[in-house]
Amino acid sequence: MICDECGANNAKIRLTKIVNGKMIERNLCEQCAKKHSQFHGPFSLQNIMSGWLSDFHKQETIQKLQCEKCGMTYDEFKQSGKFGCSHCYGSFKKNLSPLIRSIHGHDSHRGKIPEKAGSELKQKKEIEKLKHQLSEAIETEAYEKAAEIRDKIKELEKEV
Amino acid sequence: MINWLKETGEERDIIVSSRVRLARNLDSCFFPGRMETTTAVKVYQNISEALEHKTFQSFRLKDIPEIERNMLVEKHIISPALTLTPELSGFAMNQNESQSVLINEEDHIRIQTLTSGLSLREAWDQADELDDRLESKLNYAFDEKVGYLTACPTNLGTGLRASVMIHLPALEMTKEINKVFMTISQFGLAVRGVYGEGTKALGSLYQISNQSTLGDGEEIIIKKIENLSRQIASKERETRKRLIERNTVLLEDKIFRAYGILKHARSITADEAVRLMSLIKLGVGLELITDCTMNEIDRLYVDIQPASIQYLQRQEMDNMERDVKRAELLRNSF
Repeated sequence: MICDECGANNAKIRLTKIVNGKMIERNLCEQCAKKHSQFHGPFSLQNIMSGWLSDFHKQETIQKLQCEKCGMTYDEFKQSGKFGCSHCYGSFKKNLSPLIRSIHGHDSHRGKIPEKAGSELKQKKEIEKLKHQLSEAIETEAYEKAAEIRDKIKELEKEV
Repeated sequence: MINWLKETGEERDIIVSSRVRLARNLDSCFFPGRMETTTAVKVYQNISEALEHKTFQSFRLKDIPEIERNMLVEKHIISPALTLTPELSGFAMNQNESQSVLINEEDHIRIQTLTSGLSLREAWDQADELDDRLESKLNYAFDEKVGYLTACPTNLGTGLRASVMIHLPALEMTKEINKVFMTISQFGLAVRGVYGEGTKALGSLYQISNQSTLGDGEEIIIKKIENLSRQIASKERETRKRLIERNTVLLEDKIFRAYGILKHARSITADEAVRLMSLIKLGVGLELITDCTMNEIDRLYVDIQPASIQYLQRQEMDNMERDVKRAELLRNSF
């Protein structure tokens, strides 16, 4: 049987599509069938995304990167276009910034901050500040003050 | 039937509804795509407990019969993707179905609010409030640099997808629509047909939404879509006026022929009905047709879809039977 699409190659695949309740059957060669699956596959966004991702990181040899929490490899992510867990963002951090920029045109969030994360964020910044003060106090040999700051840090760290 | 749709609302003659969707995830569990069933059930329980039981009722997808699932998809309450993993997924909705929370679709949580006419701000305020309520009881995955973490990087940041459903038959007739879409794509907005496949929108119904979720704050995203949709609506209104002034008989003929078919057909496909109802909508907007309201027609769009027809009749039907029932429903409505 000859391919319905190109009329040249042997048809090896029967493609059945249901469009608006009507069934359409076509006999296609492998090459023409490939074209169809690319554009009409059930997860076309995913296909396009993964095709693009593998192009995106073509030259890099980073396939062995793996998320230590969920075990997803960067290769797997490239295939599916989806992360395994929120930790993946940290695990693949190095590769992500240019990717995120190419999707959104930006790489920094400027919107809503959840209240909990917001207060944690504040505390983290406060701890950083205190640590800085602590090393200053130690440098100037103000040990009493240093002990005070150290206790404050300990207290804050307990809460985070 | 869509319960939340109202007759009133800004730009209601041209803009059917506004919709806001927020993607959120729990910090402690793998994303749904990589999740075990036992974890999925726990996540479902945690989320439905975090929602107030009085206002929200939650369901596991596996407990919902297939026709009802498809009917909920046609009503835009749940997404087609949610139905792919019925063992893992679920949803919750409020009584008038204007708010729903999809559980374990691509992300753990998808908050969705729907409002009448051009009212994105209202939809956002409602979603924002529900988000706060959930966040106070759950631990979200959030990163200070890139925002809310989502399974797919295309939803990263705000996790916000805001959209309006807009009816643009006149701009389609004058072929000005492509110019309009080209312009709005330069503002980072995307357009797609609500019904039909490919680039052609069946029944001139389009959905306009933001493309990027990261970089702009929620307020800016909402404002941008509201502003541009309002401008497009006013352009559509102008074009309608011009069309009816210049081609009165031709346009009236088109509209009343559609009316005649819907009023008298004995069998009709969903596609044909959607196409003809678009002209009725135009007729109501131009006050040529006065014996039905915009709300009644917009509700019909959902009621005539395959699963909704079967759900209303409480029975499974094949194509032909559906076409007959659909025609009957339409005859009784006009």
